[in-house]
Parts: sequence; C-alpha cells; structure tokens
Amino acid sequence: MRLMAEGLSARRGEDLIFNDISFALAAGEALVVTGPNGAGKSTLLRVVAGLLEPESGRVRLEGGPWGFEHPRELSHYLGHRNAMKRELTVEENLTFWQRFLGDSPGGSGIDLVEAAEAVGLAEIIHLPFGYLSAGQQRRMAMAKLIVAFRPIWLLDEPTAALDVSADRLFAGLVAAHLDRGGIVVAATHQPLGLAGAKSLEMTGFVH
Amino acid sequence: MIALFFRDLKLSVRAGGGAMIGVLFFMTVVAVIPFGVGPDLNLLARIGPAILWIGALLASLLGLDRLFQAEREDGSLDLIMMQETPLLLAVLVKCAAHWTATGLPLVIASPFLGLFMNMDEGAIGATMVTLLAGTPAITFIGAVGAAVAVALPRGGLLVSILVLPLAIPVLIFGVSAVYAAIEDPAPFLPPFMILIAITLFFGVIGPVAAAAALRHSAD
Repeated sequence: MRLMAEGLSARRGEDLIFNDISFALAAGEALVVTGPNGAGKSTLLRVVAGLLEPESGRVRLEGGPWGFEHPRELSHYLGHRNAMKRELTVEENLTFWQRFLGDSPGGSGIDLVEAAEAVGLAEIIHLPFGYLSAGQQRRMAMAKLIVAFRPIWLLDEPTAALDVSADRLFAGLVAAHLDRGGIVVAATHQPLGLAGAKSLEMTGFVH
Repeated sequence: MIALFFRDLKLSVRAGGGAMIGVLFFMTVVAVIPFGVGPDLNLLARIGPAILWIGALLASLLGLDRLFQAEREDGSLDLIMMQETPLLLAVLVKCAAHWTATGLPLVIASPFLGLFMNMDEGAIGATMVTLLAGTPAITFIGAVGAAVAVALPRGGLLVSILVLPLAIPVLIFGVSAVYAAIEDPAPFLPPFMILIAITLFFGVIGPVAAAAALRHSAD
C-alpha cells in the first residue's frame, strides 16, 4: 500500500499557503514535516486527512484494500485537539472511539486497558477526562490511536505538552506501528527519534 | 453508530448536558402563563394546547446550537467526518440522540403541564400525540441551523432565528390538529397527517443539508 500526494497546494483566504507538494510513502515509511510556525504543516495534514479541499493536486492510495475511496477512511488523525469528551471518563471515551471507528482491514486494535498501559496511565482510566493534566490528556489521545487499527497515522504536533519519558514512549508506539507496515505522517518541531524517516521541510511563502 | 447514539445520550445527562434544561424551561414557560392570564379556567383550557406547543417549540430550540459545536470544539467532528460511513448517517444518529434526550422528556412532561392549564383528558392526549409527532421535525430543522452556525462562537441565538421560520409550519399544524381533536366539526386527521409529513420531509432533508453545511464549514 502506498500513500501518494501529487502536486498539492492549499489556500488560506487569499494566499496560497503552500504549492506543489508531492510525496509517496510505502508501507513502513514515515514522513516528518518540519518548518516554522505558519508554514502550512497543519494545513497539509488536514488536506491529507480530507478535512480541507486542496486548491490543486490530490491525495490517493495505491494498492489499498478494496472499497476505500480516500485515504482518510484508513487514517487516524491526531490534531491539536484531543477529540475526547471532558464529561466522560477516559474509559468511556476510549470505548466509544474503539466502537465508533472500528478496525480497518488488515489489523486489529488492542484492548483499551492494554492501550492505557501502553501509554503508562492504566490506573486512571476511571477518571473523567477533564480531570487529567494536559500531558495525561495527550497520552490518552495517543491511546486512541492503538485501540482501533488504522494503517495510516496523521499526527499534528503529537508530542506537544509531553514530558521526556512520554516522548520516548510515543516514539516507541510510532516505531511499532511502522514495523507492522503502517504509514506515519507527522508535523512536528521536536525530533521524534524516528530512524530512517523521510523529511519534508516547509518554508512557507515569503510575502 | 449505536456507540455514537449512546455516547450522546450519556453526555446529555452528565454535567453540562442539556437534557433537563429543556424540560425545566418548558415548565417555567407554562407555569407562569396562568399567573399572567389570570384565573379564568375556561380561557386557560382554551389557550392550553397552544401554550404547551409554544413552550415545547422554544424549549426544543434551546441547546440545539451545541449539537455540532461541542463536537467541533474538542476535535471529535474531524474524526466523525473522516469515516467511511456517510456523514449524513452520523448527523441522523446525533439528531435521534438529541431528540431522545431533549424532545422525548418534553412529550412526557406535557400531560402534567396540561393540568396546569385546566385541559381535559382529550386535549392532553391530543397534545401529547401531536408533540410526539412534531418535535422530531424541530430537531431535524434545528440540526441544519446548528450545522450552518457551527463555526460561530456565539451561534445560539442565530440558530434560533434561522430555524424559527421553518419551524412555524410545525407549530401551526400541531396546534390545529389538537384543536381539531377537541372541537367537534373539524376533522383531526388532515392536519395531523400534514404534521407527520413535515416530520418525515425534514427527516430526509435535514441530515442531508446539515451534512453539506458541515462539509463546507471545514477549515
């Protein structure tokens, strides 16, 4: 399976925020998108996630499972916001996403207690999500990535608000996902510690 | 999708959820009418069905603006929009959950509030049946308004204003069906059938329009 982006450009208001960006990622490959604030990293990820229409170009999947039109249907998207409800407990949140997302063909998610253990927070899944600290909330949002299987992970600043040990833990999760033949696109300022990842430097337009 | 339905129900009864707010508002509106109108029992019985319907309409508009806005604010909407299952199905399920959490309690509370208005059993029964058939339409219409105003920080009043003109036919046929049931010459079925037709019509149009509006508000 290959994730291809061909000649992508996107517009924010009047201005093109980036122009003619192409990449191709095979199974097991990662792309790290870097660049200064406002260079369009998040916008690029939202275009790949199908949440924003590109001005030109397209995103497609080659050799993916039958019946999926757009890569977004096979993707996890971890944005700036965690997509968890403050009023529900962590367990209820994770159970909901596990059942709502379901597994993509070719893999299966892990049990949510194991997922909470994998992010090092198994003892607090009975608490409402709103009681957790910013770092703990982010870790739980990562647990969401592994309770339901998706071959493609789109990660926008995944390690914001994380401490050093959680950074390492997250790098481990990403490496394990790549070993299983997953694809990762991550926009970040910090090094994720991924050996052999492709990189894409976005410069933004100079006005 | 069933998971989404039950999550929304759970959220509506937790802190900050809107399930009880609607019923309380409904009760407040109906309870103050007798004080304003005065103790004329015949008059109260005559305007009772209309007051119940107006109260229910306003109470169902309350909290509609949060239908998609809450999802958008915490990022859940992005994930819902990315799935293979069509967005309009998710919208339909959210409407169903919203109606079960806020519309159904209004229907259940209406007989008790009917007693405040000195209505007899026939009028109370007819009001309850018409509310049961009509309030889903208000939710479906409101979903479109909520989807249009999803990106606006203070969209609450805007949603009500957008939605109200479309909800007026529901009110007209709901109230006229009740009066047809309690006053002899007029037949009950024609206005009631039109009310059901309105609900079914918006049950189809509402989710489609709301899903389209959500797709366009993406940024």
